[in-house]
Amino acid sequence: MTMSKTNTTTREINFHVTRYNPETDRTPYVKTYRIPVREGMTVLDGLHYIKDNVDPTLAWRYSCRMGVCGSCGMLLNGRPTLACNTQVLHIADTDLTVGPLPNFEIIRDLVPDLMTMFEKHSSIQPHILRTDEAGLNSPDGEFYQSPAELEAYLQFAYCIKCGCCMAACPTLATDARYLGPMPLAAAERYDKDTRDDGRRARNEFTGTSHGAFRCHYAGECSRACPKGVDPAKAIQYLKRQLVLDYLHLARRKKPCQKMHGPGQGKPLPNIPAAPAKTV
Amino acid sequence: MRETKYWTWHMSAGVVILFLLGLHMLIMHVGGITHLFAPHTGEAISKENSLFRDSRMFFTVTYVLLLGVALYHGLYGLRTILFELTLKPAVEKAITFILLVAGLGLFGLGTWAAIATHAIAIAGGRG
Repeated sequence: MTMSKTNTTTREINFHVTRYNPETDRTPYVKTYRIPVREGMTVLDGLHYIKDNVDPTLAWRYSCRMGVCGSCGMLLNGRPTLACNTQVLHIADTDLTVGPLPNFEIIRDLVPDLMTMFEKHSSIQPHILRTDEAGLNSPDGEFYQSPAELEAYLQFAYCIKCGCCMAACPTLATDARYLGPMPLAAAERYDKDTRDDGRRARNEFTGTSHGAFRCHYAGECSRACPKGVDPAKAIQYLKRQLVLDYLHLARRKKPCQKMHGPGQGKPLPNIPAAPAKTV
Repeated sequence: MRETKYWTWHMSAGVVILFLLGLHMLIMHVGGITHLFAPHTGEAISKENSLFRDSRMFFTVTYVLLLGVALYHGLYGLRTILFELTLKPAVEKAITFILLVAGLGLFGLGTWAAIATHAIAIAGGRG
């Protein structure tokens, strides 16, 4: 019996890591760590190796290790992406630069302050808005949405709020008050949701002088997104919708209504009864 | 929705400029060959041909319209560039006010020039 061999070859890679402690340092600086890297090792693994074996003072943010939580967004070789989702040998031969996400204040080392992003996100009311609030909160039925209606906003719902798009945005680099790709894509996600009736309320925020119209359509946000979301497309949709709303050319659609509650629906005809329980 | 209004007019002005610049190119560069709106000998910008166009109300209105949309489109673009420098809200308001005054001033001056030229052309034509 033969066992399959895994490639355990290691290579020495220089990690050029941005360090910054606001209590002791005046400006960020770069410190280089030479560490062994094996195939399949992620940048997050490399940072763990440094912290465990070389420099325990290194700080970064992480949680799930599987590209779901969006905590470990970093600037790797000049591109914002997730450290847990990126294998070192896929992007580096000998040297790898690791920095905090740009367009954010640095809390420490590789930890960006994402509060500005979350405040902007909160401002566009990223949740279902309806006039019949009581009906929304009482779980006595479910809202029907066709697969096509779901498809209209589904990709924007994959956003994990990692901040990579915000870090890649050239407009945000100069205009700190610009809402940015993540909040605007979130606005589009809820505007397109057929259960929602809050588009006009959100227009008050997305249509400001630092809203959707400041987007130059560089498209870097869409290139940077580790989840394949296309925020640039969402912003163009938003612009179109804002203009149509201003010109009163948008079709006024009522939000979808609740279907019957559990057990209240009519069964389809010609469906045989379930077999008797065997256990 | 105020910014949406500004931006919609900015886009609309761009479309109008596209047509009016097409007309400009037609007269200035193709007109010399086809003598469209340039019935006199010489180039399209010769004094006789210019006076011929200036005496037509259509061209006076076109000049004023082109001036208006070009000024609006350009000044809104400039405002956008300035707004991307993370300015204070008070500074943004001041910029909007200054550009509005500058735009209205230039539009008034240009409109006066277009109407005055129209009057001179008509007087010259009669004389």
